[in-house]
Amino acid sequence: MASLITCPHCGTRPKEEFSIRGAAAPKRPSPTAKDEVWHAYVYVRDNPKGRYQEYWHHIAGCRRFLVVERDNLTHEVFGVTDASEFKWAGAAE
Amino acid sequence: MRYSAYSIFKEALSGNRMWKPAWREPQPKPHYDVIIVGGGGHGLATAYYLAKEFGITNVAVLEKGYLGSGNVGRNTTIIRSNYLLEGNNPFYEFSLKLWEGLERDFNYNAMVSQRGMLNLFHSDGQRDAYARRGNGMRIHGVDAELLDREQVRRKAPYLNFDHARFPIMGALYQKRAGTVRHDAVAWGYGRGADARGVDLIQHCEVTGIRRENGLVTGVETTRGFIGCNKLALAAAGNTTTVGRMADLELPIESHVLQAFVSEGLKPVVDHVITYGAGHFYISQSDKGGLVFGAEIDFYSSYAQRGNLQTVEHTMEEGVSLIPGLSRAKVLRSWGGVMDMSMDGSPIIDRTPIDNLYLNCGWCYGGFKATPASGFCFAHLIAKNETHHVTRFMRLDRFERGYTIDEAGRGPQPNLH
Repeated sequence: MASLITCPHCGTRPKEEFSIRGAAAPKRPSPTAKDEVWHAYVYVRDNPKGRYQEYWHHIAGCRRFLVVERDNLTHEVFGVTDASEFKWAGAAE
Repeated sequence: MRYSAYSIFKEALSGNRMWKPAWREPQPKPHYDVIIVGGGGHGLATAYYLAKEFGITNVAVLEKGYLGSGNVGRNTTIIRSNYLLEGNNPFYEFSLKLWEGLERDFNYNAMVSQRGMLNLFHSDGQRDAYARRGNGMRIHGVDAELLDREQVRRKAPYLNFDHARFPIMGALYQKRAGTVRHDAVAWGYGRGADARGVDLIQHCEVTGIRRENGLVTGVETTRGFIGCNKLALAAAGNTTTVGRMADLELPIESHVLQAFVSEGLKPVVDHVITYGAGHFYISQSDKGGLVFGAEIDFYSSYAQRGNLQTVEHTMEEGVSLIPGLSRAKVLRSWGGVMDMSMDGSPIIDRTPIDNLYLNCGWCYGGFKATPASGFCFAHLIAKNETHHVTRFMRLDRFERGYTIDEAGRGPQPNLH
């Protein structure tokens, strides 16, 4: 049940060490982007069933932001990357 | 058949052999005036009020499981109207008023019990916040009372008043709040809708929404295509999945919320009690089980089961508030999938598609809203105009900057 997370910096750690920020897929637009683009970034979510990428903050460990990719139906964890290495799908505005 | 003391007496004399099923099991017709997706509390209530208040009876409710198999049967059964904001309070008060007359209205025993609710506070700042909320409620004509520590002690002497970190300083008390037998709400609304001609179609999952010239013409289902003039979505945790079939872009994330019930105990918790230092809430069912819960699991989830960390956290909060709880055994726990919206408030509105209507985003406060949600959604579908108590619950409020953020937490769905 997504109870163990393998942090790329700290190794396999219990879920309790992490704080969850939310969906990683929306990419922050440029400050000059149109209101509609900012609205989509702040409020609209794909909310897929299945494979999901989410920001987890390793608050009781290295304090790095990570992207945890997992299945939100089975809770299987596919991979954990440092947020600085996360590649967004699709082009940014 | 109308239920009454006389009918129970009469059936008892004939050995209870004459009771009939509470609703039919019809085959879907090829076309309906209105199709409602989701046979939970809100969907069934919508069908009931469409038929009863607005005279629209050529209606089908499509449910992928069995009636009431979603969140209406998975909540902690609390009803209340102790909201602060203008966008919320009149709506929830309307709902509480409908609860008060519900059983007589739909001729079904839903065990509505207005046992009162205590929202405990533990600091001066929190007292101020609760006083403000109470005043907001009273401005809207809702009952609210600020109790001091001794008044709370008289009502609930078993609480941990002298907690070292979170002493109980008092409570905001809403006397008219309480609990309702949740499954009976689904059954009562379902039976009432069925009796007025609504087809309740179970085990019928919507797999697609057919559109022509920008309008919905019907739905593809696991039992074939069903046509409709108007389509209404009340799919709770699966709103995004169904909405995607019509290309709706929604401010919703799905999260799991767990709930718990203890073994049956003698009457001990007389009220609904919420812990101001945590997010713990508890009441006692008429069977004696302590029904309680706390927060969501914080990560996106479509699974109707949760994580042990949240179980542990809930138990810790419970024991911190009521030390005696440590002696009770938990009988069952379960999870439900919540539509968490981006401001913590629901949406009852039209959509960019003219004959598609949306009811979603109840976060984990949907049960108490069931009657008003059904009534207002039916109003919207029947008249194509918003009921005045839901006029703030618009889909485009995020774009326009008019969010209804009761908790003041911003666009962070897992914190609402």
